[in-house]
Amino acid sequence: MFRRLSDRKESSVSFTFNGVPTMASQGDSVAAALLAAGHCSTRRTPVSGAARGPYCMMGVCFECLVKIDGRPNRQGCMTTVVTGMRVETQDGAAMPGQEE
Amino acid sequence: MIQNVQSAADLAPAYDLVVVGAGPAGLSAAIEASTHGLAVLLADENESPGGQIYRSVDRASDADLTRMGPDYAAGRRLIERFRSADLSYARRATVWSVGPADEETGDGAHALEVGISLGGIARPIAADRVILATGALERPFPFPGWTMPGVMAAGAAQILVKSSGLVPSGRTILAGTGPLLYLLASQLLRAGVSVTAVVDTTPVENCRLALPHLLSFATSPYALKGLKLLLDVHRRTRVIRGVTAIEAFGSGQFSALRVRRGKKSLHIQGDLLLLHQGIAPNLNLTLAAGCDYVWDERLAAFRPTVDVCGASSVPGVSIAGDAAGIVGAVASALQGELAGLTAALDLNRLGQGAYQQRRNQLSRELALALRGRTFIEHRFRPGKTFRVPEDDGTIACRCEEITVGKLREVAALGVPGPNQMKAFTRCGMGPCQGRLCGLTAVELLAQYRDVSPGEVGYYRLRPPIKPVTLGELAALPHTEIAIVAVAGFVERAADGAQGK
Repeated sequence: MFRRLSDRKESSVSFTFNGVPTMASQGDSVAAALLAAGHCSTRRTPVSGAARGPYCMMGVCFECLVKIDGRPNRQGCMTTVVTGMRVETQDGAAMPGQEE
Repeated sequence: MIQNVQSAADLAPAYDLVVVGAGPAGLSAAIEASTHGLAVLLADENESPGGQIYRSVDRASDADLTRMGPDYAAGRRLIERFRSADLSYARRATVWSVGPADEETGDGAHALEVGISLGGIARPIAADRVILATGALERPFPFPGWTMPGVMAAGAAQILVKSSGLVPSGRTILAGTGPLLYLLASQLLRAGVSVTAVVDTTPVENCRLALPHLLSFATSPYALKGLKLLLDVHRRTRVIRGVTAIEAFGSGQFSALRVRRGKKSLHIQGDLLLLHQGIAPNLNLTLAAGCDYVWDERLAAFRPTVDVCGASSVPGVSIAGDAAGIVGAVASALQGELAGLTAALDLNRLGQGAYQQRRNQLSRELALALRGRTFIEHRFRPGKTFRVPEDDGTIACRCEEITVGKLREVAALGVPGPNQMKAFTRCGMGPCQGRLCGLTAVELLAQYRDVSPGEVGYYRLRPPIKPVTLGELAALPHTEIAIVAVAGFVERAADGAQGK
């Protein structure tokens, strides 16, 4: 649902999303990288289990919460992707003690 | 040259001035104060300076600048000036509290304390003055289906273009009202995006209401720019006006928008829906700091009360830019300068004469920059039914999934304000801390009670205004008295040495 403009020439970064190797551009936020890779639904809500995805991209709405390198409840839009980062979807509430 | 603060350990225990937010207001405030010799810390949440408006402008290519237009490119000069200023800059830093210095933990010399988190470590920083330049948020736009993946804020699409060069690849629909909606439409069209339609929800009567303010708008720099933008968008895509309701459809992901115009309705297929109906001051930090606020009927939003120099009701705390009321980038920068200048005067780094002269000049420039805004506010004021949805099934609180119907039920019980409503329903209790539901809940309650939203008031906001882990809080330095109060004793270094 998003494509990279051809005049952008940043080097690429590789990370994993739910264990699947995924490419991003240098400087992408986690949320931007996921959208670029075609994932517009990135979590399920704790209340009804509804699918949600990044909404505001500026740290306000908390819709893009993901697990990053084992830590839950990270704002995907406020975290820059780095090589080897482990990103996972967060389905429902992250329970205390889930942190690795 | 700015000093980059890389980790919490690099933070000084105290600064003359702490500025929060690196948009036009914050950058200008920090630059101005630093030129008068103040020790300034600018803390900002983002990767690079510029705020939302000038996001990533310092690494933008010529192609990016052409695409986003001259108002974006103008941010480059500001960031260059910032980079050469003599001050400390903490990027990726979260400021989660601002308040009077603690009698026990404070150093007695500084009036204020700022709670800041950097790289997972929290620190209290002492300050004489604080300028909050936390900008604006997009106003909530609740209607059935707005929580679905594939529905995003217009600002989000702009952020994706600016910082990652990402543009929508499928059929894109823009819906709402306000200058940003048309600006984004024109930027996306220029980038080759297939914009299927711009669904304009501006109430029809707005034209009439804005008319008395036309003259000052017509003679403002906004007029020509705005007109060009509207013509450009109308020429290149389908614009649907007079819209009375919208609803998003899709199974698990957005696929169509139903547009109502009175009794008629039409379906528009699409892959991405971008929403915008204006912006409102970001209240979380200013209100948590205890600043007084008022309801602004023209903005249809709350804003903190400030004097002409930006001073809030809390001694030592000023607010500049969109955080104090929507004024746009140019006026924000001027307000920031004025607040920075006033901080320098307050801390005796500037003579009264020099201050007055500069202040008068800035005030004149500010009046000019604000010209035309009244027209824009009236012209693009979002309609009531788009602010408080009629459909009871619409989700108002995205975090806790509380519907408008549920809020109406609780309103009928006679709750006096949004805090009681929150206690009854959890509306506003999720991680966004009411940022995406606050205005909806307040206006719904005000409508129900038939009073002004000002009378209903906003959520009681408290620090931390952004999630901070218990580990971060526990690692804060504590006084002996505080430790004894909790643990009953203090472990001294000598005791520790005995154990080894």
